[in-house]
Amino acid sequence: MKARILAFIILAVFGIIRLPIEANLESRQRELHYHGAKLTLDTRQRLGQMGFVAALSGFRALVADVLWMESHSAWERTEWGRMKVLFDTVTALQPRNVTFWDMSAYHMGWNASVAARNNEKEPREALRIKEEREYWKLAEDFYQRGIQNNPDRAFLFEGLARLYEQKFQDHLKSSEMFDEATKRPDSMAYTHRMAAYELAKAPGKEKEAYARLKALYDKGEDEHLPTLLRLLGELEEKLNVPAKDRTYSPSSQPPN
Amino acid sequence: MTAAISHQKFSLARIRAISSNTFLELVRQKVFSFMILFAAVGIGASFVASSWNFREQFQVVKDVSLGAMSVFSWLLATLATAIVIPKDIEERTLYTILAKPVSRLEYLLGKLFGVLALLLVGIGLMSAFFAIVLYARGYLAIAETRGSYPPGPELDAAIAYVKASAFDYRLIPAVLVIFTKVAVCASLTLMISSFSTSWIFTVMISTVIYIIGHVQPIAREYWLNQAPMSAHPSPLTKLFLGFVSIIFPDFQMFNVVDEIVVGNSVPTSMFLESFGMGFGYIFIFTLIGYIFFSNREL
Repeated sequence: MKARILAFIILAVFGIIRLPIEANLESRQRELHYHGAKLTLDTRQRLGQMGFVAALSGFRALVADVLWMESHSAWERTEWGRMKVLFDTVTALQPRNVTFWDMSAYHMGWNASVAARNNEKEPREALRIKEEREYWKLAEDFYQRGIQNNPDRAFLFEGLARLYEQKFQDHLKSSEMFDEATKRPDSMAYTHRMAAYELAKAPGKEKEAYARLKALYDKGEDEHLPTLLRLLGELEEKLNVPAKDRTYSPSSQPPN
Repeated sequence: MTAAISHQKFSLARIRAISSNTFLELVRQKVFSFMILFAAVGIGASFVASSWNFREQFQVVKDVSLGAMSVFSWLLATLATAIVIPKDIEERTLYTILAKPVSRLEYLLGKLFGVLALLLVGIGLMSAFFAIVLYARGYLAIAETRGSYPPGPELDAAIAYVKASAFDYRLIPAVLVIFTKVAVCASLTLMISSFSTSWIFTVMISTVIYIIGHVQPIAREYWLNQAPMSAHPSPLTKLFLGFVSIIFPDFQMFNVVDEIVVGNSVPTSMFLESFGMGFGYIFIFTLIGYIFFSNREL
């Protein structure tokens, strides 16, 4: 009996000592966006009892990987609906894994949407287009949720920018997302350039875009890339820039 | 001619003798070799199963490999520790040892260090296999990249990117964190084993505490009103949450491994704190185990 009481006292004293240390460690980890996994009742239903217990026992990453492999099989069978459900579970289990968010969005935005658009079983084009757009929205949602969980990473901003550029054809939003990506330390070396290029394609933003492209051009030879020169030329035409002030000369530098 | 040999109350040599014997006994049990083999198969399977782009492949290889290491080393820690004392009692080796000038603390520490040595060897082997798999996958990806780009700075940049995705020096502290976590599990199991009369009971209780340890931070958050959308629990619930927070260990803090795998940066101070807390848990669990064991009637 004495041993039990002594053991309990030691455990309790140690617990009281470690509590603030662990709480502090946890809050610092939260600041770094760790522990974003949400094990909700919905996840419980999707994982089944054993999967949920495994996820609770610190094997979330492993469960997520198994489901990711399952989603790969679903993709091979083009089961888009099932893929979406699996992606939701995988990203709920591993919200800090940007690859999962990016690939989920990619499958919805590029693969599933194209499959919906080319769906031979649906003769009405309006419905096919509607479905295609719905998949774009799903892709956008994956990117946005991924960004919420990983605001410190440039990768998903770049992915969302490409989605706006290639699917929604919303170049202003695309430019904004490339700008956001540029602010992150792990952004690709070209994102600042892409932001300016996309702005150049956004209606009503010609003056702003021209200023940015000109600023890029003035940075030096490294930035004198064919796309930059072509876009500068197009904007100079649109904005009626006097010939003496023009940067782009079609005779000396043919656009790509 | 009798030489008076002074008896030391605490001897590292005796602990070493017990731990090396424990280690050898555990190694001779084929089930543990099979467990390491299964882990190796699991790690190897990740190599075969990955047929995606190279970034996904590395991600899954690392995730599955470290996951397999976590699962199998946890099983190894719990099962190996749960049987060491009951086995000695059943085979009556314990009485022979304790009849000699060996203290119960030395015996307990010897058993713990024996299990830790087994875990170290097991995790070391699994890590070596993991490194081989990662190296082979990296080598293939680099060869593929060489075929896709003409020689030049673009190829160099692509190869550098593949290398950065494949080989990450932070995987070393990740493996150390896994070892710390399972060492805590081993000391916890030894503590339970010091008063338990059946190894099945020990395994069950240890597993339950392991699961509770992963949800303990939620209890702590609510108890300390730190939850993002903190509800106001009733006084009775608060008392229960406080009890859970104080008594049960926090295993969630060792899950920084997940962050490393997905390529997120983990500050060194966070690693050091995890190791420090792990050491604290091992010390306290061993101390409590000793209190129980020294009062146990054998």
